[in-house]
Amino acid sequence: MSVAPAEVERPEVRQDAVPDTPWVTIVWNDPVNLMSYVTYVFQQVFGYSRRKAEKLMLDVHHKGRAVVSAGTRESMERDVAVLHGYGLWATVSHDK
Amino acid sequence: MSEPDPDRTGEAGDLVGGFRARRKGGVTASFAESQAGIIRALVSQVEELLEDPAGGAAPGPGPGPADPPDDLAVLLGRTGPATPPDDPVLARLLPDGYREDTEAAGEFRRFTEEELRSGKVAAARTVLDTLPEQGGKIELSEQDAEIWLRALNDVRLALGVRLEITEDIAERSQDLDPADPRAAYLWVYDWLTYLQETLVRALR
Repeated sequence: MSVAPAEVERPEVRQDAVPDTPWVTIVWNDPVNLMSYVTYVFQQVFGYSRRKAEKLMLDVHHKGRAVVSAGTRESMERDVAVLHGYGLWATVSHDK
Repeated sequence: MSEPDPDRTGEAGDLVGGFRARRKGGVTASFAESQAGIIRALVSQVEELLEDPAGGAAPGPGPGPADPPDDLAVLLGRTGPATPPDDPVLARLLPDGYREDTEAAGEFRRFTEEELRSGKVAAARTVLDTLPEQGGKIELSEQDAEIWLRALNDVRLALGVRLEITEDIAERSQDLDPADPRAAYLWVYDWLTYLQETLVRALR
């Protein structure tokens, strides 16, 4: 290993500009939201097929969470805001 | 997540058929006066809670002259509070957008909470506008039906926090003393669960 010379200026990298480390929207399991409702919301918000929406819903239900969309930070914040409007417990996360 | 328990919603199901899809689009349901009263009372409570500015974050120092960008943002009505509400029901209805980054969560909240609040208030008002106090048969457009879906969900989320609903609620409610005031609300919660389930099914 080596130590970078102190005088080298490193360009500031904007994390959200790096395409291969996407931001994601995570939906967390909660005891109130209905399985049918969560499936419906995934179909409405993301335009997913019933089959894909159900699979994601079951992932949330069984694993406690699931990544439901990926993209820029701004678009993930939009997704999370929309999901909060439907009462789902969603957060933005940086997929490292 | 949850599913309606047929053993526990059967009674509610006998009393009201819930929502059905209409052939010409939209949905329909019939409510007794008492049922309309319960829905209207709970939806109104959620609406009041969301409208109450004191229900939000504890008031902090206002933006001073040294803080012109905030002043401008307040003037334009673009930002809300940066901290989650103290009331656990409000904290559930207006959750954080980031989990382990308080700074990002605060920024997200400042720019989204007001719209989230007003959207939920508007949904509650749509229910109050479309459900007569005396009940009866109501017909909803598909658009209003989806708004009902969100408003019913907000009421269930609020009750869920107050009743400490868990995924194994079925077992717990059987242990509950019938004299416990929560028992009556659990019945209401189950009924709303059933109602919401019929509405989802009618919409898809």
